[in-house]
Amino acid sequence: MSLIQEARLHAKPPATAAQRRAAIAWMEFDSPAPPLVAVLLLIMPLIANSFFLIEIFGTTLILGTIALSLMLLAGYGGMVSLMQLTVAGFAGYMVAVFGVSGSANISLGWPWWLAVPMALALATAFGTFGGALAVRTEGIYTIMITLAIGAAFYYFTNQNWAIFNGHTGINTIATPHFWGVDWRSDIAFYYVILATAALCYFAVLYISRAPFGLALQGVRDNPRRMAALGFNVNAHRVAAYAIASFIAALAGVLQVWNYRQISPGSIGVERCIDILIIAVVGGISRPVGPFVGAFIFVILRTFALDFLVKVGLDGNRFRLLIGIGFLVIVFWSSDGVIGLWERWRRRAVRTESRARGGSGHG
Amino acid sequence: MDSVARRISAVGAGAALELRGVTRMFGALAALTDVTITVRPGERRAVLGSNGAGKTTLFNCVTGDFLPSSGTIRFFGEDITHFPPYERIRRGLRRTYQISALFPGLTVQDNVYLACCGVSRGRFSLLRARPDDALMHSTDLLIGAVHLTAVKARRVSELAHGQQRQLEIALALAGAPRFILFDEPAAGLSPAERRELIEILTSLPSHIGYIIIEHDMDVALRVVESVTMMHNGRVFKEGLPQEIESDPEVQELYLGGGHD
Repeated sequence: MSLIQEARLHAKPPATAAQRRAAIAWMEFDSPAPPLVAVLLLIMPLIANSFFLIEIFGTTLILGTIALSLMLLAGYGGMVSLMQLTVAGFAGYMVAVFGVSGSANISLGWPWWLAVPMALALATAFGTFGGALAVRTEGIYTIMITLAIGAAFYYFTNQNWAIFNGHTGINTIATPHFWGVDWRSDIAFYYVILATAALCYFAVLYISRAPFGLALQGVRDNPRRMAALGFNVNAHRVAAYAIASFIAALAGVLQVWNYRQISPGSIGVERCIDILIIAVVGGISRPVGPFVGAFIFVILRTFALDFLVKVGLDGNRFRLLIGIGFLVIVFWSSDGVIGLWERWRRRAVRTESRARGGSGHG
Repeated sequence: MDSVARRISAVGAGAALELRGVTRMFGALAALTDVTITVRPGERRAVLGSNGAGKTTLFNCVTGDFLPSSGTIRFFGEDITHFPPYERIRRGLRRTYQISALFPGLTVQDNVYLACCGVSRGRFSLLRARPDDALMHSTDLLIGAVHLTAVKARRVSELAHGQQRQLEIALALAGAPRFILFDEPAAGLSPAERRELIEILTSLPSHIGYIIIEHDMDVALRVVESVTMMHNGRVFKEGLPQEIESDPEVQELYLGGGHD
């Protein structure tokens, strides 16, 4: 643990119990919930059937990781990028193009351990280049440029047959087999996803308190001041795009292994916006937010249709339900579900300390 | 004392900061017109002038927040006229802001640590600082130098105004400053805090020169050896503090009637 954090924890020695609790609330593992969730996720294959394991939890973790890359940019850097899914999709396409797939005329047939690093490197370069274009702008223009990159890539894959196989996309993409394990079998694949998501989550958490992350938050709050402290603000922003692109690319590789196919439909503009919704619904102030948002999104997407049909409405309107949920959460909390959760906890702590104080006097 | 006067008039080589014919236009409005100022290394100078005299614009041109419309700026002999701000900072130039420009969501320690990172090569480090980190050590020293050790773990938004002004100075002292621009560091300070500010300024190592914009003549004239008087974007008068203070024209313009 860094000195900064220690100093923060030992901030005010003569504090009351309530104050100390409030101070501890700034830590990451402040309640029994995180360790509980960690254990649950680890033993999930014992509890859940294969549908829940991959379609719900696997998908949640993959989408959450893509949204985590947006959280890094938007939450710490103040840059709303709509191209994070595009970067993930780019990585997925590269796995298909360099690796083994059903489209033998396109795929180069490299083994996965060559194709994946290649895909990660190219997708990171792609996202960094897009970021370099976007950082020259602020606010809504950043959103416009990254959306334009996403839309351009979508239409390009639709029309390019030589590499991206047009609107058909690339099917039956091979997944890794080694050490006698089929890594796309449900349980093995679930752990691959969980390990990747956890790695990205803790990396973002760690970086947020390292000089780079602190400086990124400084750039978000006051870029002019950061320049007057010796920081090259744009270089910092581009570096943030590079890290975020790598995270998105990792998730993109998992995504393509999950579905074993990729087509322009997987990277459409509405999918890009889904990532924004996931991050905002979950909350972009902390790395856990995107995963919470992804879970809500996947649950709604999976079950809203059945629910709507059951109450006698058109099942195709499930996006309406997502939209309403989005509106409700954003209306009640500018920081998504995480914000609601923190507010509720603070209130619970207050009531508890008040109750204790009362009993002490009585 | 006349050696000081001679040094002020000596123009050219060896200057810490040299502005030649600097003009800055905002549309048709000239905020600065043909400003020529030379400050030697280690010199401490006040820039006086009423509101709108161009003092802060002058600072913004020197730090690179604005580019001058014409003229050149040299920093220790190097032409920095078209350098981006961070390149100037990395060469030893520093500034503070009239309205504190801090990071309110971060702690005092994080603010100073950021300033130390900005002028070090660890700017992009993805590794958290260890307790024995050199940057951490200089962070603690700086916090001590501006008397904020007691509140170093507080968020800046919780600090009193005077403490924020002290933190503002700490950020400008990070790394190895050679020349500092102080933009009204005493604004809003109590008399006791002013005394503390004067103590901090006068105890700076003698090789660090500065320019200070200050309306409070008691503060300004106690911490400088030379004065530049500005009026309507032009240099109006330069001289020793006593000369400027007793100059009838300056009295008329600034200290007397139209003083707000």
